[in-house]
Amino acid sequence: MMQTLRYMISRDVLLAMRRRADVATTLFFFVIVASLFPLGVGPEPKLLRAMAPGILWVSALLASMLSLGRLFAADYADGSLEQLVLAPDPLAVVVIGKVMAHWLVSGLPLVLISPVIALQFDLPAAAIVTLLLALLLGTPLLSLIGAIGAALTVGVRGGGVLVSLLVLPLYVPVLIFGAGAVDASASGLDAGGHLSILGALLLLGMVLAPWATAAALRISLE
Amino acid sequence: MLEVSGIGCLRGERRLFAGVSFTLKPGGLIWIQGGNGSGKTTLLRTLCGLTHAMAGEVRWGGEPIQTLGEDYRRELTYIGHANGLKEDLSAQENLLVAAHLAGQPVSRAEAAGALHGIGLAGREHLPVKFLSQGQRRRAALARLRLAHPRTLWLLDEPFNALDTHAVADMGKIMENHLAQGGMIALTTHQDVAIRAADAQTLRLDEEVAG
Repeated sequence: MMQTLRYMISRDVLLAMRRRADVATTLFFFVIVASLFPLGVGPEPKLLRAMAPGILWVSALLASMLSLGRLFAADYADGSLEQLVLAPDPLAVVVIGKVMAHWLVSGLPLVLISPVIALQFDLPAAAIVTLLLALLLGTPLLSLIGAIGAALTVGVRGGGVLVSLLVLPLYVPVLIFGAGAVDASASGLDAGGHLSILGALLLLGMVLAPWATAAALRISLE
Repeated sequence: MLEVSGIGCLRGERRLFAGVSFTLKPGGLIWIQGGNGSGKTTLLRTLCGLTHAMAGEVRWGGEPIQTLGEDYRRELTYIGHANGLKEDLSAQENLLVAAHLAGQPVSRAEAAGALHGIGLAGREHLPVKFLSQGQRRRAALARLRLAHPRTLWLLDEPFNALDTHAVADMGKIMENHLAQGGMIALTTHQDVAIRAADAQTLRLDEEVAG
């Protein structure tokens, strides 16, 4: 089972490396969207500092949304999804592998570049560290939740728009506690509470989302 | 042993087929025939558990396949209409991934051997997107040439896009599998001679009519 997990992750990461443009798209989307705001609202440090947590998190949400379409659609189109469903290991394990690979290629780069983006908003150092931690906890959760939506819309025409409608409302708690953590830290408060809730949500997602995704995939394939 | 008793499937509101029953014993081969849209693919997908039958039951060794779950999936190889190959990976990488996910890891040398045997020598490191349709089909079918094959093969149009030489080769691989006590259910539009001790033909058109 661990072997399947490892193999699934390495397969999807290898595939992503063969199509680096797709990976870069997500990252550049995040960078550009987050950078447009300082340009648009003007260089007022107080205003930027107040808006930063919300803007950075919404950009991260949209960027993660953008890459969801690739999670199962390609596998569905070329028939490998059928083979994954028929693999002797539980489908949830395959799903965990795919979600982890998805996070490694689309979530982790975004987490790593976020401190650089945060500099544009003149966030204090403590808030940048909190942002990094919050994104580290939050982005895997975005991939997990997104996988359910991606699985439900696999094989549906115009699934990309549908998946946004399905998944964005479910992202709201992540947005609230993620941005809340950075906000708290920026105003000198303790962000521990927000981060704990994000961590708890992540654990809950890790337990429940793979099963839900596996069930959704089985329904979509019928 | 695969027992199919009275299964029927709907596509939308239309009845595709109903009351399909047969038994596949070790060494047995069943040809599933019928015109376009008669439900051959749906029947195969039902046999491997991807689609649920509206009526009837599929049993493996006496147990319903839904109950068996992973134990049943461990016994079968399904090669569908789509090849299930990733375009950006080479034929060899595809084969390695497929073998690992099926829980039967093979070495690079074994994978290369299987691809050589099926006529892809010299092309095993080429990304699949550069292969022709027939070569892709061969790359997908190479799974059947790996060591320790699964007992039950469910093949949807395996000879599609293959040239006569490759069709004859595949026929031999299948005969070999049957001789070792394997079971095969396949759909095809082509006449291919496969020697089998126990061969039956299922015509879906007639089932629907009846």
